[in-house]
Order: sequence, then structure tokens, then C-alpha cells
Amino acid sequence: MAKEESHIIAAIVEHKPGVLYSVANMFRRRGFNIESITVGPTEQGDLARMTITVNGDEKVIEQVIKQLNKLIDVVKVSRLDPASIVSREMALVKVHTSDARARSDIINYANIFRARVVDVSPETMMVEITGDSDKINAFLDLMKPFGVREMARTGITALSRGKKSVKIEE
Amino acid sequence: MVKMSGAQALVEALKQQNVNVIFGIPGGAILPAYDVLYDSGIRHILAHHEQCAAHAADGYARASGRPGVCMATSGPGATNLVTGIANAYMDSSPVVAFTGQVPRPMIGKDAFQEADIVGITTPITKHNFQVKRASDIPRTVKTAFYIATTGRPGPVLIDLPKDVQTETAEMKFTDNIEIRGYKPKYDPHPLQVKKSAEMLIQAERPVILAGGGVILSNASPELFKLAELLMAPVATSLMGKSCFPENHPLSLGMVGMHGTIAANKLILEADVLLVVGLRFSDRTTGRLDMFCPDAKIIHVDIDSAEIGKNAKVDLPMVADAKKALDAIHQSLTQQIKKREGSPWLKRVQELKEQLQGGVNNNTGELKPPQLLEELRKVLPEEAIVTTEVGQNQMWAALHFKAYRPRTFISSGGLGTMGFGFPASLGAKVACPDRPVVDIAGDGSFIMTEQDLATSVLEDIPVTVIVLNNSMLGMVAQWQRLFYNRRYSATELKGVPNFVKLAEAYGAQGFRVESLSEFSETVKKAIESEVTTVIDVPISPEENVFPMVPVGSGLKDMIWE
Repeated sequence: MAKEESHIIAAIVEHKPGVLYSVANMFRRRGFNIESITVGPTEQGDLARMTITVNGDEKVIEQVIKQLNKLIDVVKVSRLDPASIVSREMALVKVHTSDARARSDIINYANIFRARVVDVSPETMMVEITGDSDKINAFLDLMKPFGVREMARTGITALSRGKKSVKIEE
Repeated sequence: MVKMSGAQALVEALKQQNVNVIFGIPGGAILPAYDVLYDSGIRHILAHHEQCAAHAADGYARASGRPGVCMATSGPGATNLVTGIANAYMDSSPVVAFTGQVPRPMIGKDAFQEADIVGITTPITKHNFQVKRASDIPRTVKTAFYIATTGRPGPVLIDLPKDVQTETAEMKFTDNIEIRGYKPKYDPHPLQVKKSAEMLIQAERPVILAGGGVILSNASPELFKLAELLMAPVATSLMGKSCFPENHPLSLGMVGMHGTIAANKLILEADVLLVVGLRFSDRTTGRLDMFCPDAKIIHVDIDSAEIGKNAKVDLPMVADAKKALDAIHQSLTQQIKKREGSPWLKRVQELKEQLQGGVNNNTGELKPPQLLEELRKVLPEEAIVTTEVGQNQMWAALHFKAYRPRTFISSGGLGTMGFGFPASLGAKVACPDRPVVDIAGDGSFIMTEQDLATSVLEDIPVTVIVLNNSMLGMVAQWQRLFYNRRYSATELKGVPNFVKLAEAYGAQGFRVESLSEFSETVKKAIESEVTTVIDVPISPEENVFPMVPVGSGLKDMIWE
């Protein structure tokens, strides 16, 4: 069996309505799984950048890239090499804090992970953490015993290091 | 810059694309466009169901090589186009569809006759648009035709809100279309050409497998030259049928589930397989891991996503079929002379001869293979044949030899029953001087027979041959072979009476009982230039053979 693993794909797309729909539709229709997708504007105003994390073997990833390229509104597609990128994800975690002990433990863990406490209420604390997915997963594991009340993760976004870029020359 | 309404801009943009015929049905949300069409000089053909308008546009495109245009209103008009659009998408046919839409302020409010046709057709179009401003119409229309007809062709839909059609704006009709996310590649890479030429020179048992891409890129002359230079036999997919003359000694006919014995046998003996404009569909390859496992495969396709999608290939070449075949031919002519008798060629000829000898039939019953061989004798070479889907289609593919490109039109990918008749209308509009015949089954024809009205009213005379087994024949065949003859919901019981049906529409209808009556009636129908339905009763027990059962390799073909 070919090895299935996560791959990060960056797609530069026309920044207009319906493009996310056609991209998501293609994934659904062809049976590819999106693990996460982030979309945002780029430095070029009429283009948006999608960072898509896909799980699959080599053949699947090749097809994903080709099928993305086939979409008219997708201008450029690149597979990012995990060895030479910076990838980040952000999570907001709201944790139960029933006693003072829990509160100080959470603050300590947050400090170790360079996370920040961004909201406090009598029963809850909210922590903001940024990093690669492994770091966020490790932090969430630590939060579980306290009782995670609510959580929001952004999904991965990434850029290649150095001069290499997924950019449309104007 | 010219000031005009969106509807006027639409018609002007269509004229600039040299559109002279539109298949469609009007309705509330597309009325402004129809009002301008009324005295525009563009011929509008009123279909009697939007599905038929889309199939007719598709048939027009396949027969002529020019884009076919269909038009419908919003809501049900638009959704009725869907089967036709999906059909064009699966077979890469350049169809441009226009739909009316509710006015912009009503969109998203579930207004009367509102349907999200852009959302609905996203997975079945090459691209689609909803025009938000009248001034965008000229560019959008031009872009749509460009996308539909270039690269790997396919349907494009433009959704036009009613108030965009009536809005007046300064219109700019541009010459240049620049789409940064769409740059079709036509030229083969020289290195790939060189490598494929080397592989073909080394080949002892080469076979060329040609698909619909050869027809779409008008590459038949190049294919012919290359096949003759290599003396390589040519098999086709259903979509490739007619790209290579089937009366040529090198023709093997169709390969696949209902492929010819020669094609299915010989392709498995090949050591090098040149596959052109074909997507390795399951109906063509049978079980994929048993499809030519020992052959080296060269795969030429204009759509890079087709390479490696289904089959693993040894040498991929992303290019237009015409350019690729020509480049390979040129590279080869510098290195080899036309091949003469090889052991492989002898094997090909021997097997073909062995399998010849026509159909034995002393039963007095009309047998589809004989009928189709007879039809071939009656029709001139340039006649266009369309088919419905099912047994009629496979009999036609097996027994009606096509000689010229674009003379065999069939729903390959989607397998749409009811396609053949409206497609024949489109083909006849595209080629009014040539006979057009729809080879139908009773089950398929009744799915779109209401467009006999279109045929009669718009003076588009075609001939429909109904191979009438009073069954949904192909489904019944599977029930016979794999479901213990349990004919669940497949008996049509001879309803309707096709002669009376034809007459009810003002067409002529005949029922024939013998082979000679059949050929006389076909001749008469074609000469009459009157829409004709010929009802040909055949046995409900008739099967299409050979057949490769689903999940089997081509070598496990069953013969009877």
C-alpha cells in the first residue's frame, strides 16, 4: 500500500465569489478529503490564497493538484515541501476553571507553550495558542483534564522559506 | 463603446461568435433575450423539452465541430438542461448553455422559478458564470466560447438574471481574452515525442487505441498516416468510433465491454500501446489491473489530469492529439520506412478473417447485427448515425461500421437514454445535406420522443430506427445473465404504437417485418426528407455479444 500522509497544498485563486465553492465541490465530488482549508487575501488584491491540507498517498495528491489546476479560477497550485516551510495554526481554547489550582496550572502550561490567556471569567479561561499542529495538539492534550468547554482552530496556513514562493508574476 | 441592453449585447456577442442557430425554450426570466432574438437573424429552434435542446446543441457540436448553443429559462427550464449538460461534460462536447435567472434583488429569496443553476452545474460544466452586470456580457460570452472550445472541450453555462438582460450599459466588445488560470497546452514535449517514437520503433506488436479526443481535435488524417506507417492496428473506444475507417484492414473496431473479438483479443497481445485522447474508462478497459499488464503504454491526452487518473502509464504526453500524432509521425518517418508484412500483421489479418463471415440467421426473425449491416449498405458514407443507449447502441457500435469522423454520435460517458434522437436533430441542423439516422431502442426513444414535434415543426427531417424488443433490453440482458431471468421492471410490452405515435406528430411511421422491407423503408425515408420512425420488431430475448462482465478483464469476454 502506498503511504497515506498529510500534504500541504497552496493554491492561488481568483478572489471572487464562488471559487471556494468550486474548489470544495471538486474535493467532494472526487472523493478527496480536506483536512483543513484556510483562505485569505494575498498581497495581490484580486487574488486569494488557499492553504489546503489533504490526506492521501502520492497518487491522490498528484490528482488533487491536477484537478485543482483544471479549475479555471485556480491560477497556480503548489505542493509545499514540509522541510522548507513555516506552517502555523492558531487555536482558541476555552477551559473550565473550577478552582484556583486549575487556574494557575493553566497559566503555567500556557507560559511553557508560549500561549496567551486572552479572557478570564469566574468559571472559564480562554487561551490563544499559535504554532504547528503538533504543538497545538500537545497543548490541547494538557487542557483536556481541566475540561475543554469550547475550541476553535483555524487550520494550517503556510509559506515557503526563503526566496521560493507561490506567486503570480504581474 | 456602444450603449445597449444586456439582451442586445448578448445577441451581438453571439453573432461575433458566428452563432447562427440556438436550440431552446423561452420562459419568463429569459424573455428579454428572446425578444432581441426574434428579429436577430439567428435561427432559433424551439425544442419541446429543455433536455432535448441541450442534447441537440451537443449533437450539433459533435457533427460540425463547432460549439452548440442552447437556451432555457430559469428554474425548471434550467434544471431540465442538466442531463444534457452532464452528458456534454462526460463526452467533452463544446456546448454553451444560457439560462435566465430571477432578477438580482430576488436571488436567494426562493423566488418563483428560481434555481441555483450555477451551483447545480458546477460539477458538470467546464466552467460557469452568473453575470452580475450587463456590461460584463460581451466579455463573459467571449470567454465562455473560448473555454468551451479550447483545450479539452466541454460545456460552459452562463446564467443571466432578468434585470441584467434589460439593464442598459456602455458595451465594450473586446478582442482579447486573457484568463490567467487557463492556459491549454497543445504542443507535445519534443523529448516525449522522441521517446515514444523509440518505443514504437522497438515494438513488435504495436496497437493504437484511439478515443474521442482524436475526433475532437480532428486528428483522423494524422492517425491514419501514423497507423499506416507503423502498420499498427487501430482499436477505438466508443467515443473514438469513426475516427479511423472501420473498413480499413488495420481497423479492429471498438474495444471494451462490448468490444469486437478482434479488438479485445489483439489489444491484450500488444507489446506497445499508443493510447490517444482516451481516458481509460471502465467500459473501455474492463478490469484495469488485467488491461494490457505487460504492454508499455504511451498515453497522449490534452488534459493532464487524465494522465495517471485511472491507468498507470509508461510514457505520458500532455498534448493535442493532432499535434502529438503528427509529431510522432514526423519523428518516425526520419527513422523508418513504411512497415510491410510482419508476423504481427499476419496475426491481425488472420484473426480478423477468422471472425468474418457475417451473421448466420435462418430463423426468419430480424436480427440486430444483420439490420445494422444492411443499414450500412443503404446509407452513404457521409451519413450521420446517432444512437440511443443500451443494446441498440452496442449493436450499432459493433455492427455498423463508421467510415468518416463525426459520423457516429453516441452518449459514451453518461450513457443517456434519450440522447440519440435530439442529438440527431442537432446533427441534421449542422449538416442539412446529409442523411441523419438515429438508431434507437423502444425504451430510449420514448424518453425524448416529444421532440418529434420539433423535428416536424422546424423541418429537421431525420429517420429513427426503433429496434423494438418491447423491453429495456440491456437491463433485461443483465437480468437474464446475472439475475436469473427475473425481469424486474423491464417489460415495456410493445407500448406505444410507434407508427401511430409518429403520425400523431405529423411524421411518417412504418413497421417492417423483413430485411428487404427494412432496407426499402430506410431508403424511402431518407429520400423523402420527411421525419420518419421505423419500428423494427426484434426478439425480446436478443443479447449483445461479445460481452465482458463487470469486474472481469477483457480476456474473460463471453461470446454467447
